[in-house]
Amino acid sequence: MIEARALSKRFGAVTAVRDASFAARDGEITGILGPNGAGKSTTLRMLYGILAPDGGSAHIDELAVSDQPFAARARLGVLPHGAGLYNNLTARENIRYFGALQGLSSDRLDARVAELCRVLEMREFIDRRAKGFSQGQRIKVALARALVHDPRNVILDEPTNGLDVMAIRNLRAMLIDLKAQGRCVLFSSHVMQEVGALCDRAVIIGRGTVLADATVASIREGSSSLEEAFLKILDGAEVAP
Amino acid sequence: MRGLLIVFAKEFRENLRDRRTILSALLFGPLFGPLLFGLMVSRTLNQSVTESEEPLALTVSGAERAPGLLHYLEGRAVVVTRRALSEEGARGAVRGGATPVVLLIPEDYAARFSAGAPAPLLLFADSADSQARKYADRARAVLAGYSSAVAQLRLEVRGVDPLLTVPVAVNEVDVATPTGRAVVVLGFMTYFVLFSILMGGLYLAIDCTAGERERGSLEPLLCMPVARASLVGGKIAATSAYMCISLALSLTAFVVAFRFVPLERLGMSTNLNAGTAVIFFAICLPFVPLGAALMTFVASFTRSYREAQTYLTLVLLVPTMPIIFASIYSLKPKSSLMFIPSLSQHLLMTSVLKDEPVAALDVAASALASLALAALLIALTARHWRKETLLG
Repeated sequence: MIEARALSKRFGAVTAVRDASFAARDGEITGILGPNGAGKSTTLRMLYGILAPDGGSAHIDELAVSDQPFAARARLGVLPHGAGLYNNLTARENIRYFGALQGLSSDRLDARVAELCRVLEMREFIDRRAKGFSQGQRIKVALARALVHDPRNVILDEPTNGLDVMAIRNLRAMLIDLKAQGRCVLFSSHVMQEVGALCDRAVIIGRGTVLADATVASIREGSSSLEEAFLKILDGAEVAP
Repeated sequence: MRGLLIVFAKEFRENLRDRRTILSALLFGPLFGPLLFGLMVSRTLNQSVTESEEPLALTVSGAERAPGLLHYLEGRAVVVTRRALSEEGARGAVRGGATPVVLLIPEDYAARFSAGAPAPLLLFADSADSQARKYADRARAVLAGYSSAVAQLRLEVRGVDPLLTVPVAVNEVDVATPTGRAVVVLGFMTYFVLFSILMGGLYLAIDCTAGERERGSLEPLLCMPVARASLVGGKIAATSAYMCISLALSLTAFVVAFRFVPLERLGMSTNLNAGTAVIFFAICLPFVPLGAALMTFVASFTRSYREAQTYLTLVLLVPTMPIIFASIYSLKPKSSLMFIPSLSQHLLMTSVLKDEPVAALDVAASALASLALAALLIALTARHWRKETLLG
């Protein structure tokens, strides 16, 4: 479970996130939706603990990220926006490096890499250097790297950005797998169809505040599409005093 | 500590596969200095040796007016070219570079010489041309020799002891040891040694910081349950390791290069052998973490590979500053200077080259000062890595 409790963040005079509260539950895929610059990445960065909130707190499985950062991180897999690989290392070495930093023993690492290699179908390039990998191969390695310590919770920031159709289909299948394993998946996107097709719940963020936090079905209710509902919610926020 | 070792091992291995790192750490950095230096020194040495062995060539106008002088010149192995030139012609010939020195014997030379009055000679040379000035100096010395030989003869003829004209005899004693003399030539070698250290870590320092940011691997790395100080420590340790390799290669190359430099031909010798190379390595070792921390610190503030390259190229020049300062003010090694990194290593290495005794306290001061500054820079880098602005 990933929880935001009244998170706020200011950068100088600009308030990027204001009083944001929501929760992503185990066994569900939760999408954070919002236009560019709405504060999605800032919110996620506070949840995975590399930005300190100015107000409120972030919790991973009830562990406060600011109080127990290492324990919280051990339960969390993170795929940040635009995550890159080490081109001079093989896919296997990339994954093992992060596993070692997560504190996995060598035996456990071998087992995890073998498993991820099978699940994510990386067999043909696992021992090739990352230089020259396709987008689809890169996202698989980056995801395997985020999942190497077998976390219960996974945060992905705009994971489909810059991917081609095949890679996006692959990624969706992977996220559905994670959900089926009972994990808590939280990802951000500005693409409506993605959220509509994948998510159980959606959190809509505009201008740094949470405008809606509900099941996708209930957000869509009364509108012809999720997109229309999304625009309606954003418009409502614009005119609200 | 575990995190530090993991980061160290990964950076070390990854960069072994990087062409740029290998070229700068294992090839360009360590070999550039010794190669350039060996070539430069042996060329200058060869040149000055051949110059003094080469006979002096002198263009003489009006040679028929001074047969005695000509006889003396030829006796001193001066190659005389006889050529009739006016004063204007002689001036033009020297200025045009046709001949470095022209000796013009005026018409009244013979008459004044016979009368025992000072006989005029005109020596044309260009003092702005350092090459020609050497020939002029040698011509002047030969002419002075002739003048005093004639003077002595004249005194003897008149029954006066020529030694009366030499009231004091000055004997100069050059106390420079052959090794000490070579130090002037080898003075700049210490900079190349320090340069090779920094070159060895240059690309690693960039790759570990701006490189991480540019390829998007920084943020996932910061999400790991590892203290930022461990990340920074591992990166600086890996940079230091490459710097050590570069330093060792550079010193080896210097030892090899100096076997081929003909220092003995100028009455110089150098004690740069395997033993001194090991001492140099020990003297420079505390400078390694300092260089690595400085480069990592500077590179941490840059946004891209290119920007980091620009700033770190300037950092390469930093160790020259104290050395240049020291040579301008010709500073002698003293204990207070041992607290200035790069300068202290320079002075210690120079002392070893000169065969001078090196105080253990000075070595300790040099090492401590460098290590203390390194520790400060590591702490500052770690602090910067804890800031949110690191993400950019």
